[in-house]
Amino acid sequence: MLHLDRLTITQGDFRLTADWQAAKGARIAVIGPSGAGKSTLLSVIGGFFAAHSGRVLWDGTDLTPMGAAARPITTVFQDQNLFPHLTIAQNLGLGISPDLRLTKGDHAAIGAALDRVGLSGMGPRKPAQLSGGQQSRAALARALLRARPILLLDEPFAALGPALKSEMLGLVSTLAEETDACVLMVTHDPQDALSFAPLTCLVAGGVAHAPQSTPDLLQNPPPELAAYLGN
Amino acid sequence: MAERALSLTAAGLAAAVILLLLTPLGALGLSLRGFSLSGAELAALRFTLWQAALSAGISVILAVPVARALARRRFFGRGALIATLGAPFILPGIVAVLGLLSVFGRAGWVNALWGALGFSPFSIYGLSGVVLAHVFFNMPLAVRMILHGWQAIPAERFRLAASLGFSPSAIRRHIEGPMLREVLPGAALVIFVICLTSFVVALTLGGGPRATTIELAIYQALRFDFNLPTAARLALLQFGLCAIAYVVATRISLPSGFGVGADRQGGPPAPTGWHRIADVLAITFAAMFLALPLLAVVLNGLPGMLALPSQVWAAALRSILIALGSTGLSVAVGLVLAMAAARGRGWPALAATLPLAASSLVLGTGLFLILQPYFRPASLALPVTFIINATLSLPFAFRILAPEACSLYVDYNRLSASLGLTGWGRLRWVVLPRLARPLGFAAGLVAALSMGDLGVIALFAGEGEATLPLLVQRLMGAYRMEVAASAALLLVSLSFALFWAFDHWGRRYAAS
Repeated sequence: MLHLDRLTITQGDFRLTADWQAAKGARIAVIGPSGAGKSTLLSVIGGFFAAHSGRVLWDGTDLTPMGAAARPITTVFQDQNLFPHLTIAQNLGLGISPDLRLTKGDHAAIGAALDRVGLSGMGPRKPAQLSGGQQSRAALARALLRARPILLLDEPFAALGPALKSEMLGLVSTLAEETDACVLMVTHDPQDALSFAPLTCLVAGGVAHAPQSTPDLLQNPPPELAAYLGN
Repeated sequence: MAERALSLTAAGLAAAVILLLLTPLGALGLSLRGFSLSGAELAALRFTLWQAALSAGISVILAVPVARALARRRFFGRGALIATLGAPFILPGIVAVLGLLSVFGRAGWVNALWGALGFSPFSIYGLSGVVLAHVFFNMPLAVRMILHGWQAIPAERFRLAASLGFSPSAIRRHIEGPMLREVLPGAALVIFVICLTSFVVALTLGGGPRATTIELAIYQALRFDFNLPTAARLALLQFGLCAIAYVVATRISLPSGFGVGADRQGGPPAPTGWHRIADVLAITFAAMFLALPLLAVVLNGLPGMLALPSQVWAAALRSILIALGSTGLSVAVGLVLAMAAARGRGWPALAATLPLAASSLVLGTGLFLILQPYFRPASLALPVTFIINATLSLPFAFRILAPEACSLYVDYNRLSASLGLTGWGRLRWVVLPRLARPLGFAAGLVAALSMGDLGVIALFAGEGEATLPLLVQRLMGAYRMEVAASAALLLVSLSFALFWAFDHWGRRYAAS
């Protein structure tokens, strides 16, 4: 269970609080106006930015003192998920061993993960030789290899067209089901939230609200969400 | 953890650099006996400022028509010519002097032509020779900086001028004039500062009461008169000049000579008629001015190459070892400081650029004062040269690496952190491959600069410790011009080969 325990995030004048829990295997969309702090919330959970006060816990373990790599978390960023000078297989290998000392078993696992996301045989290529959608798939394949119980998606598919994006969301759903991961996904698009996430966390007015049912929230939006959605 | 280790290493290195700069200055201060300057010392100060101002002014004025011609003409070999304009920066000073002597010296090509036309020969020694050599080194630099200014003018501005029917003089007044007013003062300041610390040129083409720079006066006080208080006074005076220049330079934005040469569409209009002829003349003149001295070095040096005495090879080996050592040290320190600077701290940049306020002879004199009571200076010539070369080239290495290290951090720090890439793994898999190109370029630059450096070694070396540039200078002083010419050709070949090898390695490693 992911527990944000009286979390307060400050950054200059900016202030955001969060105090809620999410179950294992939950799928949560994070939605709200630009600049409200959606990405900042994910950075704090992911361990890239320290909160002012409060704790992040997973199954009762306090993650706050841990570095990003030590947390039971994989983050897929908006861009720069792959090192351009390394091959796809090496980029995936970094998810297993940061010094790329890989066993035969590791190489087999990398191949299997690539097969799983539809990139069979693409291991020796460099990221620049892949399309945008394929690069997203490679990043997801690494998340699959790492099999951490929490997956944070910081708008990784924002640059993809609608068809590719829904394909990716489908892929994320299957992967999340397989690993029973708790997924938090930042999105601008209420359709993404509806199709992918039963729960939605609204970030607005300095508060990251406790996740609630996505259809209910979108049907009866509070004023700040209504203003953002434009209806 | 690893971030902490980087911070601590960088802080230690920054402290070492600052200590290495301050300790000699402290020693100079302790040896000071009064600060009143003698007549000869005042003359050296005046000459230093005057020749630097003349060199800067002439370099910049000559560079404007050349830069304009390069900006608005497209011709075969243009890219190669612009790239060659960077070469004087890594050309050993002593080699350039030899080449200039062959072209402009008493028995040189120009004087021969001059005499055939019935004029009396002119002399390259003294103020005119010092300024000529400085213009040779710095005019290309000025061309690169001014050309950069020209290329930075948006093409839309020229399109607008064309649609309004601007004449060339109107373009000059409304578009090019404002750009030049912005770029020229900075370019002149950079060259002025470079010429303030001129040693090799003054040593070989200057001298005497009327053409001695402060650096040369320091050398003479230490080496010939063994007058330590005078050397200390002069060194502090030189440091004061450099420190003022350093502070001024950090306060105004200086033009950049890097990143020149991309052929964009829609540059300045290329008028025909006499403008065209003037441009052809400007480019031809500049190319000849650069190429002829180098051609002379090759022509004079080639015949004796196979019969070089063993002392030349020994000196070459010493120079290569010093160059490789200071390259490794300078680039490694520069990389650590650049990575620390990328994390948003200010002190690494300060420590890395502070050596710009020092000069080879100033640091050398301070170290000489500290070490000579305990050691025979000659026995320390090579280690001291190695350390000082590494320190003085640190600002260049840092400036090449810092912007790249910064964008590497911005782009990939979160990903590296999320994957647990720290320490050696990060260096091996992220930093070295991503920074291979600037690392190779920086290493090539530092190696060539160190290879051709003739500064502190002249203070310390005895008979048996000469590096190749010092040996060339001594051979010239002994009028063994043929051996000097061949040794100079060897020197310039080694300098360029080192630069090429490192730069090429960086490009290849980055491409693979």
